[in-house]
Amino acid sequence: MASIEVNGKSYETDEEGYLINLADWTEEVGNYLAQTESVVMTEAHWEVINFLRDYYNEFQIAPAVRVLTKAIGKKLGPDKGTSQYLYELFPYGPAKQACKIAGLAKPTGCV
Amino acid sequence: MADTPVAAAPAPAAAAKPAEKAKIEAPAYREMPGIPALQPGSMALSRPYVANEKIQEALGFHAKLDDDWQVTHDLAIARMGELLGKSRALKVFMDSCVHCGACTDKCHYFLGTADPKNMPVARQELMRSVYRRYFTLPGKLFPGLVGAKDLTREVLDDWYTYFWQCSQCRRCSLYCPYGIDTAEVTMAAHSILDSAGYGQKYSNEIIGKVHRIGNNLGLPGPALINTLEGVEEDVKEDTGVDVRYPLDVHGAEVLLVTPSADFFAEPHIESLIGYGKVFHAAGISWTLSSKASEAGNFGMFIGNYEQLRKIALRVREAALELGVKRIVVGECGHAWRVAYAFWNTLTGIGAGANDPFAIQLQKQLDPNYRQPSHICELTWDLIQQGRLKFDKSANDHRIITFHDSCNVARASRMGDMPGGQFDIPRNIIRAVANHYVEMAPDTIREKTFCCGGGGGVLTDELIDLRLKGALPRMEAIKEVADRDKVNFVAMICAICKAQFTKILPYYGYKMGMAGGVHQLVSTAIVLGQEQ
Repeated sequence: MASIEVNGKSYETDEEGYLINLADWTEEVGNYLAQTESVVMTEAHWEVINFLRDYYNEFQIAPAVRVLTKAIGKKLGPDKGTSQYLYELFPYGPAKQACKIAGLAKPTGCV
Repeated sequence: MADTPVAAAPAPAAAAKPAEKAKIEAPAYREMPGIPALQPGSMALSRPYVANEKIQEALGFHAKLDDDWQVTHDLAIARMGELLGKSRALKVFMDSCVHCGACTDKCHYFLGTADPKNMPVARQELMRSVYRRYFTLPGKLFPGLVGAKDLTREVLDDWYTYFWQCSQCRRCSLYCPYGIDTAEVTMAAHSILDSAGYGQKYSNEIIGKVHRIGNNLGLPGPALINTLEGVEEDVKEDTGVDVRYPLDVHGAEVLLVTPSADFFAEPHIESLIGYGKVFHAAGISWTLSSKASEAGNFGMFIGNYEQLRKIALRVREAALELGVKRIVVGECGHAWRVAYAFWNTLTGIGAGANDPFAIQLQKQLDPNYRQPSHICELTWDLIQQGRLKFDKSANDHRIITFHDSCNVARASRMGDMPGGQFDIPRNIIRAVANHYVEMAPDTIREKTFCCGGGGGVLTDELIDLRLKGALPRMEAIKEVADRDKVNFVAMICAICKAQFTKILPYYGYKMGMAGGVHQLVSTAIVLGQEQ
């Protein structure tokens, strides 16, 4: 089993670097995972990550991209409520890349 | 969770520093498309992640490759013998190839990778050589004379590597003078690998999720409800009309079974919105089902009849529970193949299965409609009956071409006439939009090129294969984009949509260039005033 080490503590991940235990996540782990994805975290990134984690806590799955864009648009203004904006933040796709940084399970299937 | 972001990045130990990722790029367009110069071994390192023990055991497969090779060897050969015993076709496909080579340059993965083992004939030879060794007399007696090979770890590794570089698209089969169904060979290989404890993570993890949660994505009921409510709000905002996206409604006329990506991903969800508008405009009561919240059936990709059936039975259970009269399948390529070709005998949707539940379902479903129907059949029938109205100019910003998805094109049909699976989606597009052009004739209809992501290879670690495999299709798209200014590639497959959305930017196009046929319908359909 693969693992990452953050501040001297080891965390289990799968082959692709997604955390195995969702409860392991901390903001420092999130920052580390962002580095592995070459994403430089800003306040805007954290808005998305925090929304994803809240949604996941409620529904046990990441939100649909549409749900995410709408929520971000409501919070940060309509110009930010676009998938283009989300792809600027997370170039490999808001669903997969942002989920990874948020310590959530990877959405699978035809996505 | 703190509201303020953590500004300071952690300082990981040097050894734990994230590895630099290799830069992945699309291959260059070829100046003269043709047979590429061979690059032996160029794709030898392209392998999807192997399923772990937990994933394997959940499907009843051998947990892992055994430490004792003999155990793995015996499991694989036993499964091969079982499949050959069950499928006369597989035996014929093993025996009848004469290595004429007609298939070699028909495969998008060979054209894109130039790895000779991606010639369909060479890929299948990986299995045929083992077949001859264990299941034919000359191979048993004189293996060296007939090119028969022992099944070794190296051979099985080659299977894993190269049978997961086939998308079961069957373009090579189309050109095979013996009609060998190469996809069946790949499916058999996948099944043998599973039995030997050498499963593929992507497909097998997804199948586990279908059994556990109900769909490939793992969307539980509450998430489905939340998403559908959001869609209703959006459509109301856009159109002023209350279009419903109902879930688990007893007594609805139509059960729509669609890929779970339609509830989650872009542009997939745009087609879901379109289905709902069609039902609304035609006044047909319909429902989605949380139990049958997945049209896809990866049991086919791994060549496993038991899994195929188990997944398909969810649709039957939902249809019986909800008491629907019609079953309609959304935009999903392999799902339509499974529905069209397998559901009848697996579940009794259509006619074929003869267990009590199948007979009950056959009595329940309305015989005046094809069971199951494709959403395109339903929409096209309504268009012909004049029950839908369109403002075609709403699609005037789009110059559209249609990408035939392989499982629809080469493994199914629509409507009442041969070629309906090609004509009906095109007819719909022409009915809802003014600007439509075709790609080159040898890349459309039954000769269509795979998107590069079908058959269970739509996984991130295979992105290099997916980019290279998309090359022939992208060359055809580039031609119409350059010549006719095509800016929208319409399709009816969730895998194709996800694949194009991912790879188009590598080829210099916007991801929004890919979309669904019912996305176009959604744009142009005129909804009546709310009652």
